Order: sequence, then C-alpha cells, then structure tokens
Amino acid sequence: MAGGHSTYTPSSGIGRWVDQRLPLPRLVYDSFVAYPVPRNLNYAYTFGGILSIMLVVQILTGVVLAMHYAASTELAFNSVEKIMRDVNSGWLLRYLHANGASFFFIAVYIHIFRGLYYGSYKAPRELLWILGCIIYLLMMATAFMGYVLPWGQMSFWGATVITGFFTAIPLVGEWIQQLLLGGFAVDNPTLNRFYSLHYLLPFMIAGVVILHVWALHVTGQTNPTGIEVKSKTDTVAFTPYATIKDGFAMVLFLAVFAYFVFYIPNFLGHADNYIPANSLKTPAHIVPEWYFLPFYAILRAITFNIGPIDSKLGGVLAMFGAIAVLFVVPWLDTSKVRSAVYRPWYKLFFWLFVIDSIFLGWLGSRPAEGVYVVMSQIATAYYFGFFIIIMPLLGLIETPRRLPNSITEAVLAKTKGSATVTPHSAAAAPEKRA
Amino acid sequence: MKTILSGLAAVGLMFSATVAVAAEYPIYKPQEMDWSFAGPFGTYDKGQLQRGFKVYRESCSACHSMKLVAFRNLEALGFSDAQVRAIAADYTITDGPDADGEMFERPGIPADRLPSPFPNEEAAAASNNGAAPPDFSLIAKARAVERGFPTFVFDIFTQYAQSGPDYIHALLTGYQEPPEGKDVPEGTYYNPYFIAGSSLAMAPPLMDDVVTYDDGSPQTVEQYARDVSAFLMWAAEPHLEERKKVGFRVMIFLLIFAGLVYLTKRKVWTEVAH
Amino acid sequence: MSAHDTTEPNRRDFLYVATGTAAVVGAAGVAWPFIDQMRPDASTLAMATIEVDVSAIEEGMSITAKWRGKPIFIRNRTAQEIEEARATPLTDLKDPIARNENLLADAPATSADRSGGEGRENWIVMIGSCTHLGCVPLGQSGDFGGWFCPCHGSHYDTAGRIRSGPAPTNLPIPTFSFISDTTIRIG
Repeated sequence: MAGGHSTYTPSSGIGRWVDQRLPLPRLVYDSFVAYPVPRNLNYAYTFGGILSIMLVVQILTGVVLAMHYAASTELAFNSVEKIMRDVNSGWLLRYLHANGASFFFIAVYIHIFRGLYYGSYKAPRELLWILGCIIYLLMMATAFMGYVLPWGQMSFWGATVITGFFTAIPLVGEWIQQLLLGGFAVDNPTLNRFYSLHYLLPFMIAGVVILHVWALHVTGQTNPTGIEVKSKTDTVAFTPYATIKDGFAMVLFLAVFAYFVFYIPNFLGHADNYIPANSLKTPAHIVPEWYFLPFYAILRAITFNIGPIDSKLGGVLAMFGAIAVLFVVPWLDTSKVRSAVYRPWYKLFFWLFVIDSIFLGWLGSRPAEGVYVVMSQIATAYYFGFFIIIMPLLGLIETPRRLPNSITEAVLAKTKGSATVTPHSAAAAPEKRA
Repeated sequence: MKTILSGLAAVGLMFSATVAVAAEYPIYKPQEMDWSFAGPFGTYDKGQLQRGFKVYRESCSACHSMKLVAFRNLEALGFSDAQVRAIAADYTITDGPDADGEMFERPGIPADRLPSPFPNEEAAAASNNGAAPPDFSLIAKARAVERGFPTFVFDIFTQYAQSGPDYIHALLTGYQEPPEGKDVPEGTYYNPYFIAGSSLAMAPPLMDDVVTYDDGSPQTVEQYARDVSAFLMWAAEPHLEERKKVGFRVMIFLLIFAGLVYLTKRKVWTEVAH
Repeated sequence: MSAHDTTEPNRRDFLYVATGTAAVVGAAGVAWPFIDQMRPDASTLAMATIEVDVSAIEEGMSITAKWRGKPIFIRNRTAQEIEEARATPLTDLKDPIARNENLLADAPATSADRSGGEGRENWIVMIGSCTHLGCVPLGQSGDFGGWFCPCHGSHYDTAGRIRSGPAPTNLPIPTFSFISDTTIRIG
C-alpha cells in the first residue's frame, strides 16, 4: 500500500492466475513482507502486533465460550460455572478470555503511551491516531459489556453504576438509561442486549483495526527519532526484520499472560464476582475492572458544582472528557519536534503523566472519602493540565535538542558510541536491504 | 525508567502508610497459612479434602448449600466409584414430576448435585434471622481480604492465591470475647476476622471433637478449620491441579520458544545496525 | 536467507528449522483446547449411564425412559407376543441380525437374542428411534403387533424387528444389564 508501487512478482503460474483476478497475495506481500519499516524501531513499537494477537485470542476464546454460555439471568452465572467445572478445557478457555481482556488493555495502554512519547499522533498521522482512539473506545465498551455476562455481583452493580452515568444528562438522561437497560433496572433484557453487543463489537474493532493499519501503511511508521524516512537506507523490509522482532516480543508477552492465566488467574478479577448477582444487596465497595480505574477516579474527583453543572454531571463530563481529549491531541501539541527523545521538558512531563495515570488508577480502587478525594482532584487536574495546558504551551517555549539529519545518521551515531559493535557491521549496515 | 519506578514505589509506600486506616473491616487480617495447593506445583491433599468434606457434611451442610458440586465430583477427593455411589445414595433427592405430576423422593446418584438444606433463598433467610447462609460452592473464591500496597504487587511473584481459604480459616478460628466496652448487636457473635463488620450472625460452628476423624488427625477446631477451608478451595477451583500442571508445561515451552525466537531475531538482525 | 551454494545444513538453518518447528508445535497445542471443548462435557457424560426401576411394569406394559437424549422403550412382553416372535422364521425377516450391543455383531435376530435373554425373554429394551430417519415409532400398533413408525410407515414386530416399510434394520438394543431383578442399568 505504501510507496505506490509493488515489487511482488508471482513465482508460479497459479500465482499469476490469482494475481490477475484477486491480487490478495500481492496485498499481503506489499503490506507485510516488502513493506519498509524504519530500521531503528525499538520494542515499544512491537505492541501493535501484540494487540492484533490479543484481539485474535479474545475472538477465538469468546466464540467457543459462547457455545456454552446462556444469556439469561436465571442461567448465566451457572452456565459460566459449568464452563469452569464441566466443559472440557473450559476453565482454560474462560481464564484465557477473562485475563485476555486485562492483557489486551495492558498492551493498548503501552501502545498509547508509546504514541504519546514519540509524537506518533502528529501530522500527517492524525487520522491514524483518531482511529486508534475509536478502537480504544470500542474496547472499553466491549470489555464493560463482557464483564456483565458472568452475572456476578460486580457484573450487576458495575452495569448499574455505569448505565447510571447517563441519568446525569439533563432532560433526556432517564430516557436514555431506560433505552440502554430495556427496563427500569439492570435485568434480563440488559443482559441479553449486552451479550449481543459484546459479540458484535469485537468484529467492529477488527474492522477499525484494518482502517488503522491501512492508514499506518499510507503514512509509514514513525520511529524513535521522529524523523521521517528519507532514503532506502533508513528502512528495512517488514519481513523478516520486523516480523521476527514482533514475534519475539509477542512470545514474551504471551509468557507473562500465561503466567497469570495458569498461576494467578483471579489476581486481576474481583472476588465479589463469584457471588451471583443480587439486585437487593450492593457490595461494600463497587470497583470497576482495573483498566477503568483511572477514569473512575476522575469521575469521583468532581465533588463540587461548577456553575450550573452539578457534581454528578460534572463527574460524568470529566470522565468522558478524559477520553475525548485524546481525540484532539494532534492539535493540542504545538511542538515542531515529534519525538520526546529531543524534548527534555516534554519527556519530564510525559513521565509525570504516566505516574499520574497509574496513581489515578490506584485512587480509583480506594473508597471515595477523606484524603483520597483531594488526591484524586490533584491528579485529575494534572491529567487535564497535561493535555490542555502543557502540550500547547510547551511546544511554543521549549528548546528541543539538535535533531540528527536522518534515521541512518542517528543509528550510526548510536552504534559508534557502543563498544560492542564491530566497525564491520556499522560499515555494512547502510547497504543492507533484504 | 528505573528511577521512575523506584520513585513510584516510594510514593506508594508513603500513601499506604498514611491511609492504611481507611479499610475498616476485617479488624485483623487473616494469617497466611501453609496450604498444600499453594505455589506453582501445589496439589490438593486428598486425605485433607476427605476430612474437610466430612466437616462440611456434618457441621456446615445443615445451613450452607453447595449447589454447584455434584457427587460425581467427589471422585477427585480420592473416593472410588462405589464409595461415591454410596455417599450419593445417603442423600435424598427430590425429583419429578412423575407420570402423575407429583414430585417424588429418591436416593441420590453420582450425577446429582448436592441437595440444598432450604428449598429457596427466602426460606433460608427466614430460618436464619433474615440472613441467608451463603452457598459454599464458590465461597473460597468469593471472599478475599484486601492485601494492600505493596503486598498485592509481591503477590504476583509469590503466586499468592489463597486469600479465600486463609480468610475462612481465620474466621472459623477467630471467634473471641469482644473487647471491653464493645457493643455486640443482639444475635450476633464478635469476630475480628469477619470481612463485613465486627460481628456476624453465625454462631461459632465448630467445637473440638464434634466431627470424628478416622485417620487419627487431631479433632480440634484448628484442624477442622484447615481441612474445611482446603475442601472449600477444592470445591471452588476443582481444576487447580490440572491448571498448574498444564501451566508448567506451557511456561517451559514458551521460555524455550522465546529463546529460539530471540536467537533467530539476532541472526536476522546481525548485519543491520539499529 | 538460506545458506549459499552449500547443501550442508549449517547452524543458521538449524535455528530456523527449530524455531519453525516450535511454532508449529505451539500452534497445535493451542488448537487442542478449542477442539477439546466441543466433546460432551462432564455433566453430559455423567448421564451416559442410567438405572431404571422396572418393578412396576407388569406384563403387557411399557415405559419410555430417556437415555442419551433418546427414548428407550422398555416393555414387559406378554406370552402371546413372545410366542409370535418365536414363531417367525428368520428367513421371513428383512434384517436377520439381532442388532444387540450385548451380543456379538452377527448374532441372529431370534426372540431371545432380541430380548433380555434366557429367563428374561419377556423384557425388551430398545432405542426408540426408527432406523429409517430417526422418528419415534408408536408402540403396539402396525401390521405386526409391535411398533409402527408414522413418519414413513415402517412396521416392527413384537421383538422390534423390521418387517415392512423403508427402515433398513431392526430397532437397536443398547448396552444394558439387570443389576437386580427389578433394576436395569442402561449404558
């Protein structure tokens, strides 16, 4: 797709026959074999590949779990336990799916932070970034609805609280909530529609992923220097170079994933979800899954009215705003330099932002009282301040470090500085193309 | 990166020290016990599970159901097919309707699930001062005392996943006289290990020598509590042994595979500076 | 990618082959649980053997039990029915094989071999699923006083043997045994 010209030459008669009718092998070859990628991509850039693997894991395990699951308030909890107890390998498939959601989010957060660090959202990659934000939104919707399906206490009360957000909207709020629930409270109609949508949305994610990859292949990848590819020596072929590096990262990631699935499968879950849903009894502390905790903390940080907006609506707006602000990041960043590598101040504020996000996550798991509320408010202020104040202002006042002229120059400067690299390999490198 | 992480840990430590008072219950955290099923190679002690089943059957099952466990599952406790049939036949199962539309009673068969002491939750609550005794099928996974920071991080590496049985054991052995000046509501019993208050509606369910062991194990509350906690863990997670066994093979495979892919990656990139 | 101008396998080739093999082994290992989960689960298998109390079934009465999702006809045959079944020569049968899981595959379809056997010839236990296309035949009807399948008109006699109509074989007899005089274990 990139570069506008294809180097694919079918080697057999059948290959030529297919190529003239449906050039799918050509598309695959151009996109995943010959496609040039910057030679200096580090392991932070492997999470795109990891995410596609996780999407496949979730869809595959989800489809087989659906063969045994019953979406009815009477049967849901026990059908999940039947999977855990009676279905062959059912415990494995279910733990894979439940922990898979968490690891999907771990990967997506690293992927997003990597984008923020290396300025991957900057022109001409705004649409690429926005498509990513849409995928993230769809993931959150899918994960939320999936968490309702086991019909445990947290499923039920999580659904109650989250659909309750919409009642904060003036005038039509109640109407929207009833539309979502199909009733006056979370009940069988809610469970059924969530099941249907939970099955549908991953395929929409897959569709947007195709657009995301398409956009990526039009603009080409960024790289740690943030400098665009200028010559052939700046790149290597996707296969074998990027494939094998991505492959190694995937295996390592899967090893950590497997460790959780096989040894501490309930570590990331909540004990209360092993209690069947009870609409008359709320758990002592309702907490969402860990990947929503930062947003939950932001929701609860707004404990005061802002003019005509009461604290309830304010919390909901702040929470949705925390996601919405991601969509406009390409236009908030005014810096001429793309990568944080050459922006000392941005680098500092970026890492503070990472810490702030993790801190918000921890606060989200605490009860909303006393000192936690104040801390949440400070952390929320920094969250928005990072995007709305620091990003636009810093680009105007920060003095970036000197940029190398090209990716190749940056790579050679780095390898020369390293004692372990032989002069031979450094000299041979610029010519090396698969 | 390293400095950032250690800074983060320091910040976390500071906060956990200052705000540890926030989590009110349980008053005392459960003691961590030594369980045979803990760790990467953990297995259930079948003798212990059989004793635990006996404790459950004789001391708990009058109030607490175990709806998700079938008699056939008891083979995992080391019972033979004939023993399982005999145990099942000891129970009376309500089946039906028969050809006349009547429900009838028959002895249990291995395919049956353990019958519940009460016909429904409302009846259970009505017979127990309004508090229905929880079902025990999943209780060992449905109760977890918060571990707090940074313990929960260490738990990843120590594979701590026994908070359920630790809690059950602590609760069963934790009944005591309330401290002076402490008001205990009528009809409840003080227990500083209880997760949702300072006292609970269940009277101390175990006493020394209430259950007879045939294998010479001590007939003490402490031993009963351990055995029944282990049994409840099995009931909640019957595939634990299989899971850890498969997990070991998967981990070994993934590490070898990662090594191979890494070497291949090095070979591929060997002539390209990056 | 491969070594140039040499047929000797070198270390690099070995590495690639080893990595590729490991990937294939891994993929196969991952595929297994996805296939495994389709097999009948433990609760289904637990019902694969049932015990039926037949003490209340008097001569000339039948019951239908459910086993592995199919109807099982259990009938206490009358003396006249047994006599009719005995009197029919094997050469008159469309299918002369007993189709009895408890006997050898080529056992003849005599009245005894179609029933509970010596001393229990009055008991007949069959899967009530027409061998034509799987409908449930009606009891004590049809041209031969046995079973009649209303779907496509197959007639079975008092020993459940196919006598006329499109069905190719006799009604199959599942694995069963009397564990006492009044209880049959099927499966």
